[in-house]
Amino acid sequence: MGKLLVEDKTIVTPGEELAEGMDFLPAEGTFRDKDKIIASGLGLVNINGRVIKTIPVAGRYAPKKGDTIIAKVTNILMSGWILDIGSAYSAVLSVKEAKDFIRRDEDLTRYYNIDDYIVTNIVMVTSQKLVDASMKGPGMRKLIGGRIIKVNSNKVPRIIGKKGSMVSMIKNATDCSITVGQNGIVWINGSPENEIIVVKTIKKIEQEAHISGLTDRIKTFLEKETNKKINIEKVE
Amino acid sequence: MSYTKRNDGRKFDETRPVEAKAGVIKRADGSAYFKMGKTVAYAAVYGPREIHPKFLQNPRKGKLRCFYNMMPFSSMGERVRPGANRRAKEIAMVTEKALLPVVDLTESPNSVVDVFIELPQTDAGTRCAGICAASMALADAGIPMKDMVAAVSIGRVDDKLVVDLDYSEESYEDGTVADIPIAVVSRTGEISLLQMDGELSRDELKQALEMAKKACSKIDKIQRDALKKKYEVKNE
Amino acid sequence: MNREQKDYILNFLEKGIRFDGRKLDEYRPIKIETGFSENAEGSARVIIGDTIVLAGVKLSVEEPYPDTPDKGTMMINAELMPLSSPDFEPGPPAIQAIEIARVVDRGIRESGSIDTKKLCIKKEEKAWCILIDICTLNDDGNLLDASALAVIAALQDTKMPSYNGKVVDYKKKTKETLPLNLKKIPTSCTVSKIGNHFIVDPVPEEEEKVEARLTVEVEEDGTLCALQKGGDKPLTAEDIDKIVGIGIEKSKELRKFL
Repeated sequence: MGKLLVEDKTIVTPGEELAEGMDFLPAEGTFRDKDKIIASGLGLVNINGRVIKTIPVAGRYAPKKGDTIIAKVTNILMSGWILDIGSAYSAVLSVKEAKDFIRRDEDLTRYYNIDDYIVTNIVMVTSQKLVDASMKGPGMRKLIGGRIIKVNSNKVPRIIGKKGSMVSMIKNATDCSITVGQNGIVWINGSPENEIIVVKTIKKIEQEAHISGLTDRIKTFLEKETNKKINIEKVE
Repeated sequence: MSYTKRNDGRKFDETRPVEAKAGVIKRADGSAYFKMGKTVAYAAVYGPREIHPKFLQNPRKGKLRCFYNMMPFSSMGERVRPGANRRAKEIAMVTEKALLPVVDLTESPNSVVDVFIELPQTDAGTRCAGICAASMALADAGIPMKDMVAAVSIGRVDDKLVVDLDYSEESYEDGTVADIPIAVVSRTGEISLLQMDGELSRDELKQALEMAKKACSKIDKIQRDALKKKYEVKNE
Repeated sequence: MNREQKDYILNFLEKGIRFDGRKLDEYRPIKIETGFSENAEGSARVIIGDTIVLAGVKLSVEEPYPDTPDKGTMMINAELMPLSSPDFEPGPPAIQAIEIARVVDRGIRESGSIDTKKLCIKKEEKAWCILIDICTLNDDGNLLDASALAVIAALQDTKMPSYNGKVVDYKKKTKETLPLNLKKIPTSCTVSKIGNHFIVDPVPEEEEKVEARLTVEVEEDGTLCALQKGGDKPLTAEDIDKIVGIGIEKSKELRKFL
């Protein structure tokens, strides 16, 4: 029988030995070296039975097929738009993937202009990190008004919360519209005072994402900031 | 004559006091502060990001690019002229080679990870302090890494091998001095930086490598603890 | 930055607050630490919000310039370190760095806050040369004001090394300080205009939208000693008067940190 060398949900550093024994299986963020399982980056240990992985706590966004992200239009081509998606690679939104049918000779800036932010879906990522985006599907749109903030994309699942519970709580407490892109770009639209509260709350989640009891802390924080009592159905 | 007692009273196998901190530069994707005695290094990591000029792109994997710079007021005596001289360029190159064995950029083709090392205060051992800071900054930036790297300079002062030469030893006048900066990959004990100036016997080199490994394993622990400390639960 | 994005910063300003919740004329928290370096003759780290700037002073003995044979000299250089922002690149100082160095230099030089005659050791032969370097560590906006503060704090922290008439012994610092005139020492306040609003201490998101800015350097009694207008749009005479008013007011706050 092998043995675990670290506790679940602790932070480990690259090269740290996580477990010993062939009966453990290395998953994301780990690799096997002889009978040992080693961390291949800074992350939070996640032990699921015999499967060990680490969840990254830092790092730039790496585009994945199926992600709904917020992107910025940086250039316009004959046949589409170039998007900054907050990673080392830009994405292409082809006219064919726009919401409506666009004729060949139309002025593309009428749809999305340079510096516009859009909610879009990643439909393809090649081995060389060529990325295709699409506006087809519900929720894909151009963002009008509001503000954009950037957070660590690794913390997005905590900002959204289980079944969207965290972001719903923030929306309800502040009456702001919030869209969280999986690339860590967040759009917030509401009254000035409330937008400021949302930014503070999201930054707090970003900093404390790995510490348990997050939902309760954020609830208390929001109550204090908004001077309102929050009733939430516990999803966790 | 013999070097029987170190100038600052340290034991022969003792490094100067080491301090390390991760996440000190907010704009960077990852950063670290590393202090060894009076030598201070900051490292900041940006990327993976788009590489310019484009001909540097490698479609197989991302590029690691290091820069080393001493701030103009960093050394005792006269001002250091700003700008990369030949020495700075060579140190940047060996730093890159010291870190490459642990950094895995296969998932970031065509991109670059930039590492900037800046020294606000120097007292010998700057390339080693820079490598220690850079290894931490890379981990802090969430770059996939198989392991971490620590570095220390071993010196021969007269007839004695000593760990972590300081400037007073480097300029020892009653006998000859050899300076051997060494970087050690933490888990495997492999050597990823080895330079030497001065004269040395084959046996002394063997011993020096052993001493470096021991000292680096202590430094390694400090580096890892600093990375974890960033994620510690803060008492509110 | 598109119109929408510009609008949100402006929308906030219309309501009398900044998008990060600050008042229009409010600086972020300021912290000054002197003496971070044992090797420099003087050093200071200035932190404004998340912006961090280092300044270090080195001294050397040089021959005075022929046109000022009885005076010491001063030189200020700034480096926008590539480690401090994704937008800065390695290489010779960019124009922004040159501007920072020159504006800070002008304030100190023109205010006469350094008695350069006292830096002269022997007329026409030897005088102290003050070499000041500004290095940015983290750019979260307003590098100019932060640099100006850092340079002043580093000058105040400076201890002369001992000099035997031939060589400078850098290892031996004396207790002697630089001949500074505290009343003349300038503080720098940069006021930026967005729409019809005037703000101080902008963060990068705001800096992107600044239409015009004016750096106002002020001595203790309110005398102006250096000005620098920046930004692509012009200012009216009324704007300038208003900005100078804000600059003088804010300089009293900044002076408390020195």
